[in-house]
Amino acid sequence: MATPLLEVKDLRLAYPGQGFRARPVEILHGVSLTVGEGETLGLVGESGSGKTTIGRALLGLAEPSGGSVVFAGRDITCLPSKERRALARDIQVVFQDPYTSLNPSLTIGDILSEPLIVQGATAKDARGKVGELLDRVGLPADAAERLPREFSGGQRQRVAIARALAPEPRLIVCDEPVSALDLSTQARVLDLLIDIQRRTGVAYLFISHDLAVVRHISHRVAVLYRGDLVETGPARKITATPEHPYTRRLVLASPVADPVEQERRRAERRRLAAEAAPDVA
Amino acid sequence: MLLYVIRRLVSGLVLAVLVTLITFLLLAPSFDGIVSNRIGIGVTSEAVRALKADMGLDRPVLVQYLDWLSDAVRGDLGVSFFSGEAVGHTVGQHLGVTLSIVVVTLLLTVAVSVTLGVLAASRGGAVDRITQAASLTGHLVPNLLIAIALVYLLAIRLKLLPATGFTPVTEDPAAWARSITIPVIALLVASVAGLTAQVRGTMIDELRKDYVRTLRTRGISTRAVVLRHALRNAAGPALTVLSFEFVALLGGALIVEKVFAIPGFGSYAFDASLQGDVPVIMGITLFAVLLVVTINLAVDLVNGWLNPKARIF
Amino acid sequence: MTAETPTGRPDPRRRRSTAHKLLRDPQAVVTAGLLLFIVAMGLLAPLLASHGPNESSLDHIDAGIGTPDYPLGGDHSGRDIWARLLHSINTSVVSALIGASIALIVGVAAGLVGGYYDRARSATEWTFSLVMTFPGLLLLIVLMPLTGGDFRITMAIFGVLLSPGIYRIVRNQVVGVKNELFVDAARVSGLTDRRILARHVLFAVRGPVIIATAFLCGSSIGVQAGLAFLGVGPATVPSFGSMAAEGFQNLYIAPLQVVWPSLVLGTMTASLVLLGNALRDTLEGATRRPSKVAALKAAKASAVDDASSALLVVQDLAIAYPTPSGELNEVVSGVDLRLEAGETLGLVGESGSGKTQTAFAVLGVLPPEAVITRGSIRLDGRELLGLKESELRGLRGRTIAYIPQEPMSNLDPSATVGSQLVEGLRAASGVSRQEARERVLALLARVGIPDPEHTFGSYPHQISGGMAQRVLIAGAVACRPVLLIADEPTTALDVTVQAEILDLLRDLQEEMGMAVLLVTHNFGVVADICDRIAVMRDGRVVETGTSLEIFREARHPYTRMLLDSVLDEETVRTDPPAAASPMAAVAESAGKEK
Repeated sequence: MATPLLEVKDLRLAYPGQGFRARPVEILHGVSLTVGEGETLGLVGESGSGKTTIGRALLGLAEPSGGSVVFAGRDITCLPSKERRALARDIQVVFQDPYTSLNPSLTIGDILSEPLIVQGATAKDARGKVGELLDRVGLPADAAERLPREFSGGQRQRVAIARALAPEPRLIVCDEPVSALDLSTQARVLDLLIDIQRRTGVAYLFISHDLAVVRHISHRVAVLYRGDLVETGPARKITATPEHPYTRRLVLASPVADPVEQERRRAERRRLAAEAAPDVA
Repeated sequence: MLLYVIRRLVSGLVLAVLVTLITFLLLAPSFDGIVSNRIGIGVTSEAVRALKADMGLDRPVLVQYLDWLSDAVRGDLGVSFFSGEAVGHTVGQHLGVTLSIVVVTLLLTVAVSVTLGVLAASRGGAVDRITQAASLTGHLVPNLLIAIALVYLLAIRLKLLPATGFTPVTEDPAAWARSITIPVIALLVASVAGLTAQVRGTMIDELRKDYVRTLRTRGISTRAVVLRHALRNAAGPALTVLSFEFVALLGGALIVEKVFAIPGFGSYAFDASLQGDVPVIMGITLFAVLLVVTINLAVDLVNGWLNPKARIF
Repeated sequence: MTAETPTGRPDPRRRRSTAHKLLRDPQAVVTAGLLLFIVAMGLLAPLLASHGPNESSLDHIDAGIGTPDYPLGGDHSGRDIWARLLHSINTSVVSALIGASIALIVGVAAGLVGGYYDRARSATEWTFSLVMTFPGLLLLIVLMPLTGGDFRITMAIFGVLLSPGIYRIVRNQVVGVKNELFVDAARVSGLTDRRILARHVLFAVRGPVIIATAFLCGSSIGVQAGLAFLGVGPATVPSFGSMAAEGFQNLYIAPLQVVWPSLVLGTMTASLVLLGNALRDTLEGATRRPSKVAALKAAKASAVDDASSALLVVQDLAIAYPTPSGELNEVVSGVDLRLEAGETLGLVGESGSGKTQTAFAVLGVLPPEAVITRGSIRLDGRELLGLKESELRGLRGRTIAYIPQEPMSNLDPSATVGSQLVEGLRAASGVSRQEARERVLALLARVGIPDPEHTFGSYPHQISGGMAQRVLIAGAVACRPVLLIADEPTTALDVTVQAEILDLLRDLQEEMGMAVLLVTHNFGVVADICDRIAVMRDGRVVETGTSLEIFREARHPYTRMLLDSVLDEETVRTDPPAAASPMAAVAESAGKEK
């Protein structure tokens, strides 16, 4: 396998404990993963598993306490802030909540041109690029003049995606980008992300708690459980024949949208649970 | 819990030391003027220097401060430059007068504001509009003007109450109550306005929270939900405002005392400051800071009791 | 995230510049105009008055109003009251400018630094709590030997004393904004801290600071007058305070002398407060308005054909909310539902479809501003619309119960879990405290809480989200209700916890024979637990049927569209990465189906 675009090795991260003389709380206990060029790695985990923290560490928003992050052959674990800012060209983000991830008082045009201007574009070039970006995410050109609150959740998430695309990055960290959206919008935004990937070859680290969503967009899936990576593999394999007991529990717990199939699955989950704790049954 | 109180008290003492130190340092440049004040006009600079040495004001400022501090720790705040009375005793006496007004005002403020704020927030409609208008009026007018208007109306025009003067509560409780009525009303207007607005605002927010609806779906009466749950949760921010109002009331009391010729902390501080009576000024500063520190500690403790999440102890 | 907002889509017309909105607000225009007028009078004082403020004339001691050249008469030193009044305005304005600008400079700068840089915060916090400990007015008096009573120096010190208020506002705003995702996004976009502060943080602080400035000016003017009233400062500086003090001394002789300064001072401070309030309304949106907690405006239940014996019958229910312009905006328009005893009905729809509003209407806990414009809700044949709060209270908990979506926000944060449950149980059943306690403990054990005694005494923030949801379920089923309304009961939970909660709900339902109205957007949950399904869209039920019917042969195109959007087992990504590495391609080729 060629050198991956992103290589995370034994990443550890601890937050200072709350209160007097509290010990630091370790969120990540040595996580290793890779994301290849143009690939989507789905990162699945429940709340508190540390999946969002991994994303923040890659983006420089949280400081790892151990391990390394190598991007395109370069160690970016703890960069001085100037170099970290320069990295904005290559690594971008789409957050979960489209309502708080856009500054409510800036127009869409300003939001999209800001990263371009920071990277050295002139105001005029940036304007031109904004139209192009809006077009790419399927928004009308006049959207640039409007404020975020005039858009629905799905449209705002498109704006957030356009902002991430602006510097033409090689990796986008998608932190639960569709969890706040309605079902029908969800599918459309996912399709947009896939379409963009096919056209530009950008790689995604796709963080989500929803196995179905991850399965839809990921080439490979990594399962995170309480700060440890328990299983990594191709999307189909992880969801069809999971090996780790936690992954198995996760798969069985996700309800299927079919009453008959769901009843079968529920029975299997209960059987498994009974096996795991025979004394209770 | 005890550890927390001790820690807070220690930090309060540190604060008191710092504030008095800053005050002392700020006063130091004017010592010359103070000394000549004391002797009178037209004396030789030599006499001034001699008196300064005599009073110990020529030593390095820090030494003087430490001297004062070590005495203060032992409970000795020195004697007034001018009257020769013991500072600790007189400050306490004057503070008592002011405190009796401020504490009565504070208690009434809580009673009135909580009632009005809760009613306005949970009933809405006319009650709310009246409360808001009243609270705005209280904000609009400086309490100096309210005091003057009250004296004119209640004392001079209607002759209902004594316009000026003060009777200590120990002497004659009824006369005391009459003598502080107008001052308390004058102070009450502004502080009720502030606290009512706060209680109303937080109660409105609180009543819109999910748990209020959920408690109601269990068959608990609206009244119980408002008083037992929402009010308790709204009390925290209101208490914080109350502690600010206490400081503001201390200030307001100074003006009101002047209007009503009450021999309180304010006029005492004013005279001392005018004369440059350093020991008295220092004593007043110390007392005031300790008072505020105590109030803040009390507010934090009550807050912790009300709100388990804020319990730091 | 899926909570339904009754206000509907934002209106593009609302995008008006703040200045424009202020100009249309009479309160702002009048107060600002009044202030400008007063300030102009002060500036023109030398032209408008024929005497200097300190010129005294023995002939004009306590001169009456209208004395030539002394429009407002003379004071007890024979000075021109009109002239003194005009010059006092200038003193006030200078005081306001000095006090407010010092407070703003110190407060905003420290607030930005302390709010944005975590490391600096403890230092700024400490400094400002120190400043707050100074009792303001007293300190200004105490420092007279230093200031010499000069009102400019005094007001500068007062500005510092005011700064903690500004500091707190700015610090809170900055801390709030700093954790907003858009600031993180700006950081990821490569913006420098300075640029983020200027562009993204300062804007959020702008509104509250402008508002606070009006109040700062007001209190500076008030304090300056107060100090002058006390006699701080040289008598030659004309001030409302010293004028009022002199007038007050003279109250028995010439009562009007105290009125003039009071009037102008009162007008100035009142205008500033009112202007501040107008600014607040414009910059922060209209003031929060309370409304009676329990009152609900409901139309008389419409007459409906009464042929049903179902447990819950909702017919033609319509719910509306008043818009800012006063019209009613319907969010639920004619919903029909029918729920048999012991049955589980899934009410499915996307956000804004009105499903939660319908559920709240059945419980009688719609927000107070909501209006039920028509329809009927019958439980066991009894009409619920139009019932008094006390009658509804008799039903709640005992007959109808509710499980909310977000477990944490639905528990009172400052009461123990046990006390909340006991209170509800006693309100609904009237049992003794001791008995209620025992029943609650048994319930907590029943809903799968491992250590009921411990959880009973815990506060909500001490238990996990899954535990909190079990607690809420215990609270709902405590009195064995006939109808349980569950509003997205598992949306906020992890999938594994969701499965357990659904199991618990199913078991409890079988055990108690409850009917369940389950509001959800998740078709997996519906498939798991519901007997029948009603699909809602834009305030209407578009399709109703048994679970199997809906999932297998949905008739309405909207239902079909929703079901098609479900990412099912078969949707697995199979195309190789754009710049595929050989290994990944091999792995993916193993399962090529789509």
